Amino acid sequence: MIINGVTIDATFAEAFPMKATRAIITAQNEKWAMIAAQAMTGFATSVIACGCEAGIDRILDSSETLDGRPGVAVMIFAMGGKGLAKQLETRAGQCVLTSPTSALFAGIDSAIKIPLGKNLRYFGDGFQVGKVIGGKRYWRIPVMDGEFLAEATTGQVDAVGGGNFLVLAQSQPQALIACEAAIEAMNKVPNVIMPFPGGVVRSGSKVGSKYAALNASTNDAFCPTLKGMTKTELSPDIESVMEIVIDGLSKEDIDKAMRVGIQAVCDLGAVNGIKRISAGNYGGKLGPFHFHLQEIMA
Amino acid sequence: MSALTFTLKVQPKQRVDMSPLVPANLTGKTIAEIAQLTVQCGKPIIPVGDLFDISGDDAQTIVINNSFDKLDFIGKALENGTITVNGDAGAYLGMGMKSGTIKVSGNAGLYVACEMKKGTLEIDGNVGDFLGGALPGNKMGMKGGMILVKGNAGARVGDHMRRGLILIEGDTGDYCGSRMTAGTIAVMGSTGRYLGYAMRRGTLLLWNQPQLMASFNDCGSHTLGFLPLLFNSFKQTNSKFAESTAAFNRVQRYAGDMSEMGRGEVLVKL
Repeated sequence: MIINGVTIDATFAEAFPMKATRAIITAQNEKWAMIAAQAMTGFATSVIACGCEAGIDRILDSSETLDGRPGVAVMIFAMGGKGLAKQLETRAGQCVLTSPTSALFAGIDSAIKIPLGKNLRYFGDGFQVGKVIGGKRYWRIPVMDGEFLAEATTGQVDAVGGGNFLVLAQSQPQALIACEAAIEAMNKVPNVIMPFPGGVVRSGSKVGSKYAALNASTNDAFCPTLKGMTKTELSPDIESVMEIVIDGLSKEDIDKAMRVGIQAVCDLGAVNGIKRISAGNYGGKLGPFHFHLQEIMA
Repeated sequence: MSALTFTLKVQPKQRVDMSPLVPANLTGKTIAEIAQLTVQCGKPIIPVGDLFDISGDDAQTIVINNSFDKLDFIGKALENGTITVNGDAGAYLGMGMKSGTIKVSGNAGLYVACEMKKGTLEIDGNVGDFLGGALPGNKMGMKGGMILVKGNAGARVGDHMRRGLILIEGDTGDYCGSRMTAGTIAVMGSTGRYLGYAMRRGTLLLWNQPQLMASFNDCGSHTLGFLPLLFNSFKQTNSKFAESTAAFNRVQRYAGDMSEMGRGEVLVKL
């Protein structure tokens, strides 16, 4: 398959089941809601070492939030419910509770509830006030700038993590420009996050390493400087490869995000140095979710 | 199906215990069977058919017409269904109700919604003392649900209240929120003396500056983030509380009762 001169490889991305949650941070203005959201979703690029993958889902208008202030919806993904709950609570406590004027609300409904402000309330040292409003419990925790309002729980849902595609370009600047265009388009898709810095990862990994202590290492088959030293996947004209990783609430959400992202890259086309789109997988043996590039773009 | 309607024939001289006339007792019964059920009227126990004309067949929707202030225990321990009272209701209206809705077009007596657990209760007129309170000797009043009073309320509103919401468009008597453990009482009118007497936790949300006891301490004026949520939840009610002009988030906060636990608060609109 070739779109605008860009070859779409006959391969697939392989993804895994994860647990996810969403929370809504509001603040006096969008600037401070975003600061809290960025803090809460910081150091959360990969479950390999961060414990979770997190990102900003979307910015919310004041008419869309419970307290009528500007807000930001964040999503957190982890491999299990226990880890997710721990990450959510730690990040909410250290990054949102501490952020000026912030409030924290559930962003997703589910039968399975995980604590949001439920345990943070103890920071109130007995001065905290619980309120049940409209059937939901909230905690008002006294803090130095006023009160921190947090909903007691949020929902935990089954999700999919690790959807991806690779952008193979003639030069490093061209690969980055293409990935930026893809991320800009993908940010408009709801229910997905691209957890790496700016949504783009330049250090895709393979499973295993020559060093026994490491369970992942650089994806040498896609490293352009190793073309003459390893079993490469790259043709001589490819000088740079970048990857976009997607976590989403469902396979369909990731399908959609991949489609708009790849399309944005293909719109730049071969004339802008984009040569191929590929994807990372483990032979289909590890992850139950397969995203076939050519089917997505058909 | 039409609402199961009880129309009072003549006002008895004695008080009537209406607690048997709830959906759980009436579902599946014919009008003749319902007429043979008995209620206590003073000392005597009399058939329902002697007191009421009965019509309709939907026991989940009960209407009581020509009601007056001696019909006690209407909707006692109500579970699901709706009871509409046209006229006044006596004491213990909605006592211990577990869910469902009760609407009263007139006034109601003492101990309305005492020890209520869940559900909605709306009274267009005034109510007596101990609205949402605990029965004498008991330690736990209303535990959930919502009460809306469009008129005035008597003394001891929310006595020993544990959870839930009481909205009063008019005034309250003395000791409003006395011995509250938690929950929210909002009063648009004036409040009497000894507001929040011995309250432990909970919120009294007031539109007018009350006469506060010395055991309530001023915590200053504040913009509180939970108030917009609270007012949003009022929007589903058929009341002045639902009007957008009613909402505010700037309050003077008083903490008390310091002679008790002191975790309660009186929030007064600024």
